[in-house]
Amino acid sequence: MPASPEALGASAQTGTENAVLQVALGGSWTLSGRTPRWAAVVGDAKPAAVSLRADGLSHWDTSLVAFVGEARRWCSDMKVACDTTALPEKLGILSGQFEASMRIETRSDHSHSVLTYVGLATGDAMAQARGFLQFIGECWIAATRLVAGRAGFRWFDCVGEMQKCGAMALPIVSLISFLVGVTLAYSGAIVLRRFGGDIWVADLIGVAMTREMGAMMAGIVLAGRTGAAYAAEIGSMKANEEIDALSVLGISPVRFLVLPRVMALGLMMPLLAMYANCLGILGGMAIAYVTLQIPPAAYWVEMLTIVDISDVAVGVIKAVVFGLIVGFSGCLRGLQAESNAAGVGNAATSAVVTSILFIIVADAVFAVVFNAIGM
Amino acid sequence: MSAEETPAIEVSGLACAYQDRRVLEGVSFSVRRAEIFFIIGGTGVGKTTLLRNMVGLATPVAGEVRFNGVSFTSADTAGRRAMLKTFGLSFQGGALWTSLTLSQNIGLPLEEYTRLPADEISRIAAFRLSQVGLAGFEEYYPSEISGGMRKRAGLARALALDPEIVFFDEPSAGLDPVTARNLDRLIVQIRDTFGTTIVIVSHDVDSIVGIADRLIMLDVDTRGIVAEGTPAELAAGAADTKVVEFLTRRTIRSR
Repeated sequence: MPASPEALGASAQTGTENAVLQVALGGSWTLSGRTPRWAAVVGDAKPAAVSLRADGLSHWDTSLVAFVGEARRWCSDMKVACDTTALPEKLGILSGQFEASMRIETRSDHSHSVLTYVGLATGDAMAQARGFLQFIGECWIAATRLVAGRAGFRWFDCVGEMQKCGAMALPIVSLISFLVGVTLAYSGAIVLRRFGGDIWVADLIGVAMTREMGAMMAGIVLAGRTGAAYAAEIGSMKANEEIDALSVLGISPVRFLVLPRVMALGLMMPLLAMYANCLGILGGMAIAYVTLQIPPAAYWVEMLTIVDISDVAVGVIKAVVFGLIVGFSGCLRGLQAESNAAGVGNAATSAVVTSILFIIVADAVFAVVFNAIGM
Repeated sequence: MSAEETPAIEVSGLACAYQDRRVLEGVSFSVRRAEIFFIIGGTGVGKTTLLRNMVGLATPVAGEVRFNGVSFTSADTAGRRAMLKTFGLSFQGGALWTSLTLSQNIGLPLEEYTRLPADEISRIAAFRLSQVGLAGFEEYYPSEISGGMRKRAGLARALALDPEIVFFDEPSAGLDPVTARNLDRLIVQIRDTFGTTIVIVSHDVDSIVGIADRLIMLDVDTRGIVAEGTPAELAAGAADTKVVEFLTRRTIRSR
């Protein structure tokens, strides 16, 4: 398009002759410039006919097409004749197309009534529940086939995932559990000092870390770190039709993708939890030494009077379950993801939320169960 | 030299690379105003790379790109923004924004660069969609329509601002022959109506023979242009047999 003098603004001069509204279009019409609107040009006039012509029209684009298209639409709505024969031929054709495009009904409407929303949400919730049960069923079938030796297990993938979710998570797990030990020691010290029982801070941290915080912190770190990664990875595989490619080969996506990941987390989580226990106790020991002047040896001996193997076992059992929860949530949300960029992001978010929710629920259930069986 | 004689696009000595691997070297050509210009060649010769380097999505290793005589490669951010406003780029897969409806996808450039009111923008969006044969799909999200429809919607978005130059990356790939020919007709209509300069990366021979004014062919061995001219000239007798093969053998097979 040749550059045109922008100084000549778009104009639409009107005049009435024998009840015919004459509109002379002139100047340069561009989308980015300021152009007259048909509604403003016609105002309240009620002409018997409208005649459009070009008068000193230099350069025009879709803005003029839209103007003439709207004029034609207005004329046909008002049942008055519209004469566009004096306009350039191309403009006539395009404005006709524009007018036609305004008449086509929009097919889809995303705004619904409240009732429709309730219905859709209910349907969605049912589909979610159904999808969840189906996923559990598929995992069960794949696992039993595996145990029965009728399907191979992807050990290579599993070991790779173990490295990613286990060994590579060590720095962040170290930092977080050490700091949890530190904060527990500080808050314990406040209370225990009042009874002169400073030394019991060792008992407090020992029990809290082994029974609760080690597994819980490892679970929450892995929910954010690994669960979200699984959901995003599987979600983008789904968007890229990679899951479908597995299915048409008769390879179960659950066996191929889910089991190695869940297994990796189930194996690594207890190790990470025990590691977190150690770091937490170390953190507590450091603070006890610095603020309460308890020597590490005394701390250790005191701790061993209350923490026994059953406390460690409670933590490990929880850690295995938390690992499975994180693995299943991540993979489930990934497989349920919508096939677009936003879907992958939502899957990762909802994997983290689902994992943490179920970790807390499971922890509460464990508390009741272990209390009942006296562990 | 008058403004009319300045080529719309001039590429001189352009070299493109991925990391250390040089894909193209010493590529020079110019595109006249209101011309339908094709960049052709087999897969992997760097057609899309050339396009990305021309519009600034990638930075060339050497060489210059000028639009209407003004250098794009050495322009500052503001200069580039002003030039980008006059381009339209239609991506291979449509590249629609998935969180917006088709109408909003086309309306976004209009909202950003014009002062048009919202109802006018949605009317123009509806018109653009009807031009590419998607009338009535304004409220659909990209995930709700087929791949070919997404591609056409991407084209509608590229045209939103009535650009002076439109770049197409594989416009007809993945479309059925009838839709592809309709798209060709639409491209010619846009050029004839608004005098738009059109640059197309393609290997659809029907489309090349049908609507190309001029073309260049890239080759993987020379990492540059092996032929330049009108489709008829090149099919009749090009220096390089590859060009003749590309333009004739496939045409015969596809007819």
